Amino acid sequence: MVEELIIAGFGGQGVMVMGQILSYAGMHEGKNVSWIPSYGPEMRGGTANCSVVVSDEPIASPIVTEPTTAIVMNRPSLDRFEPMVQPGGLLIYNSSLIDRAPERTDIRVIAVPANELGEEVGSDKVANMVVLGAYIKARGTVSFETVGQCLAEVLPARRHDLIPLNLEALKRGAELVK
Amino acid sequence: MAGRKLFKGNEAVAEAAIRAGCRFFFGYPITPQNEIPEYMSRRLPEVGGTFVQAESEVAAINMVYGAAGAGARVMTSSSSPGISLKQEGISYLAGAQLPCLIVNMVRGGPGLGGIAPAQSDYFQATKGGGHGDYRLIVYAPASVQEMVDLTLGAYDVAERYRIPVMILGDGVLGQMMEPVSFPEGSEPENAPQRPEPEWATRGARGGRAPRIVSSIYLKPEELYKHNLRLQEQFKRAEAAETRYEEVRTDDAEVLLVAYGTTSRVCRSAVEKLRTAGVRAGLFRPITVSPFPYKALGERARQVKAVLTVEMSLGQMVDDVRIAVAGAAPVDFLGTTGGVVPKAADIVERAAALARHGAADQATREGIS
Amino acid sequence: MKQVYAVPKSLRPVPTHYCPGCTHGIIHKLVADAIDELGLRDRAVGVASVGCSVFSYDYFDCDFQQAAHGRAPAVATGIRRAVPDAIVFTYQGDGDLASIGTAEIVHAAMRSENITVIFVNNAIYGMTGGQMAPTTLVGQKTTTSPRGRQPALAGQPLRIAEMLATIPGATYVARVSTTSPAHIARAGRAIKKAFQVQAAGEGFSLVECLSTCPTNWGMSPVDAMAWVEKNMIPYYPLGEFRTPEMPETPERGQANG
Repeated sequence: MVEELIIAGFGGQGVMVMGQILSYAGMHEGKNVSWIPSYGPEMRGGTANCSVVVSDEPIASPIVTEPTTAIVMNRPSLDRFEPMVQPGGLLIYNSSLIDRAPERTDIRVIAVPANELGEEVGSDKVANMVVLGAYIKARGTVSFETVGQCLAEVLPARRHDLIPLNLEALKRGAELVK
Repeated sequence: MAGRKLFKGNEAVAEAAIRAGCRFFFGYPITPQNEIPEYMSRRLPEVGGTFVQAESEVAAINMVYGAAGAGARVMTSSSSPGISLKQEGISYLAGAQLPCLIVNMVRGGPGLGGIAPAQSDYFQATKGGGHGDYRLIVYAPASVQEMVDLTLGAYDVAERYRIPVMILGDGVLGQMMEPVSFPEGSEPENAPQRPEPEWATRGARGGRAPRIVSSIYLKPEELYKHNLRLQEQFKRAEAAETRYEEVRTDDAEVLLVAYGTTSRVCRSAVEKLRTAGVRAGLFRPITVSPFPYKALGERARQVKAVLTVEMSLGQMVDDVRIAVAGAAPVDFLGTTGGVVPKAADIVERAAALARHGAADQATREGIS
Repeated sequence: MKQVYAVPKSLRPVPTHYCPGCTHGIIHKLVADAIDELGLRDRAVGVASVGCSVFSYDYFDCDFQQAAHGRAPAVATGIRRAVPDAIVFTYQGDGDLASIGTAEIVHAAMRSENITVIFVNNAIYGMTGGQMAPTTLVGQKTTTSPRGRQPALAGQPLRIAEMLATIPGATYVARVSTTSPAHIARAGRAIKKAFQVQAAGEGFSLVECLSTCPTNWGMSPVDAMAWVEKNMIPYYPLGEFRTPEMPETPERGQANG
């Protein structure tokens, strides 16, 4: 298994942390992982993305140019990354904020109304976790159990009271995917 | 080995330096290496060390000079424009034979350039950088774990030869997170207690003769001798410390040569080429100074063509040509300005080389 | 017989390379006297700068580092942090400190680095052959101000002691002259006080020493001494600009080591 992801959205949507959670979970399951953030001025309010590789084999290149999965949280990210997804790959998009449907027909597309579903479980701040839940259900890259254990590692201590909410959001996202 | 932990390259190199005994850090902020001074400002006081944010890169490297001259394990870090500013001090450190650790997370230039990863400071790192007749020992790690492993040994090497050691990374290696394990027993409290070097200036206590840390030799014949001594030390390092890795080169007909981040992309290209039936291999210098001329020259004798891949418009390729010495055609594929080469482009070029050799090499030079 | 004069232990009994009438020799002796009298020699680490005093480590009998041009305060910072109980001093000229090294000296004072700076101001670049310095007086002729320093071209001379005295981290800042026995006696007391401030861990100290350059000024040593008194002292007034006792000197922790 080699999963090469790009996770992209506005700064503040939690795309970096989604990638980190996947990386920690992959590492704890004994897989090889790498995580590369976009960095610099685009971190200050613009579009941010990270590249994540989770693989059973040692990772040759951590640079992701043809993702097996793209997770896009806003319209600019959809426009930029939809064409790059490998044929047969997966595209998950946040349909709460993106006003067009993806055009590709040679990939699997999952629409997640992440902000609405986040609100349903308590806050749209966990929209990223809703999407992550949908992703994990769709690909099975890592287990939900491991992800749950990783939250404490990735979230700063002052946010640990939000772990139950995050778990709820993961579950809600997973329910969306059959 | 202790358990694995996810580390950013920048933080990993900082932690590894501390575990190698670094207790003094002098630096100045610049992207994409800011996590190094940030980590050091947090971590060094916990282990009895000292962090100083200097007024400039120029001041920082000269603080390194002072502390290194006092026999301390000391470090600075920066990225390309800042490393340019440090070159004055690096030249003085080399001239005064002061061991220290310098980390360069290279970004695109010239000038202010960009902040994206690049390998365009290969010449600067390996061919001098500052003024004068000297060489540094320059490591080019390709993963976060390797950055840790090389850093853990960097002070020992720097002190053995009294040559400053540079870790030559790039924006990707600094920003990337990968699992890392630190060797058992490498905790900072176990860092080796180093005896005071016989040249360190810490005050002439107990009636010993005063010592002088200096790089000035005004008489030509004295500077001549001094520079020969520096060269001798570097040759000793070349004989004992030159390092490289080969991937699937035993039966290779096309040999990729790349270091650092670019070597990771090439590793992926080798896998793809092998799947496509092309016998490709990768030669990866781990020390880019001293450069593994001999090993690469020997390997080049068996291949149809050599393809050097860099995030520059052609710098290491000069050393590759020296090493290959005409044994095989040397082709070049480079990206610049912060663009990382694509595996698909490397595969295409290498496959063409395997089919046709490098008959059309002249048209293939330059940027892809 | 009572001994009334001796070469200080911190000074090697060797002839110097300085020109006849140059006051580097006097200032070296004052620094060595202070180190001797305070018993600091076995902890002393000096930092030589670039200029005529580049070889001062040949004369001071203590550990020394040779710094790049202007960087002595940064080098001293490195030594200071690495060896907390060392007595660290720099010995810098006006080209070194007041021109190329302004950032380093200002920030060493800002951090209140616990070091002592001996700043030798002779209003000219000596070693390179008499070019204009930031401290060259208006109208003073040098090889790069052949018509005399013109403010319209080169601005007004920099008063380093006064400038540094505005920095909260500067604990002791004084300006002295080396042009008469009385001035030299006062200079010796100021230099000693600067080292005392450091030994007590009170932070940054600097003594600016007005000095001569008979060779590049094109004067006899005696005329050069008189020139300092007539022209330099009026522009560069002598005295203590900051002392630990002054009420406006904020309390300063030992930031170092």
